[in-house]
Amino acid sequence: MPLRNEQDIVMSRQMVRKLSQALGFSLVDQTKMITAASELSRNAVVYGGGGEMRWQLVTQHARTGLRLAFVDQGPGIADIEMALTDGWTSGSGLGVGLSGSKRLVNEFDIRTAPGEGTCVTITRWK
Amino acid sequence: MDRIPILQMGRCLLVTIQVDMQDQTALRLQDDLSTAIEKTGASGVLIDISALEIVDSFIGRMLSNISAIASVLDAITVVVGMQPAVAITLVELGLSLAGVRTALNVERGMSLLQLSLAEERHGDARNDDISSPGEPSTAA
Repeated sequence: MPLRNEQDIVMSRQMVRKLSQALGFSLVDQTKMITAASELSRNAVVYGGGGEMRWQLVTQHARTGLRLAFVDQGPGIADIEMALTDGWTSGSGLGVGLSGSKRLVNEFDIRTAPGEGTCVTITRWK
Repeated sequence: MDRIPILQMGRCLLVTIQVDMQDQTALRLQDDLSTAIEKTGASGVLIDISALEIVDSFIGRMLSNISAIASVLDAITVVVGMQPAVAITLVELGLSLAGVRTALNVERGMSLLQLSLAEERHGDARNDDISSPGEPSTAA
């Protein structure tokens, strides 16, 4: 689904709620996944100049999970380590978006380079 | 765009957030509340977030900001009704809502406000006594 504006951030939250409910996530796990999606959607809209969210239901051995990818073609991030530090922000935020989202999920992967956009993939297992 | 209603009850302003807010809606609430505090001279603000399914960094920042702005405008803010799953998520996200007073529900939030306001009045009365003319000053 597209992430172009603030309304899309709200839509992404609702979409992730539906998906995580369908998977039978506990309320706390749903809340964590939705909050992480909200942060990463906002990043894509505000810093990435818009992008999209892709989702995938994944299974590994006997477990199922939800994998979300937030892709933008924005300016990218030059220093990932710094971007993942609590309190560091390039904008006017609190600087907990990326680092905080990472703590809310089981798997976190970020691919980015200056000028080549950013792709953040998160997975939470049931 | 949605606009969150602000109700006045005596010296307090009441806000119940019942929609999944866009960022702009949250910013507008912050502005509207600041204006309402000034206009009504309210001394207390109660924000009920029991219907909120998530509090992300943006909404967390709005709550901190409202609290700080209200404080500068001489009003006390209490945020009430946060769901446990939201509290757990918020802390793991790395937000502790420093400086924001909270209460479990509306009833406890109102008591907290009334208690704080009563204490404030009491304190004011004492200060008046000390500064009243003709009496020997007892202030240290």
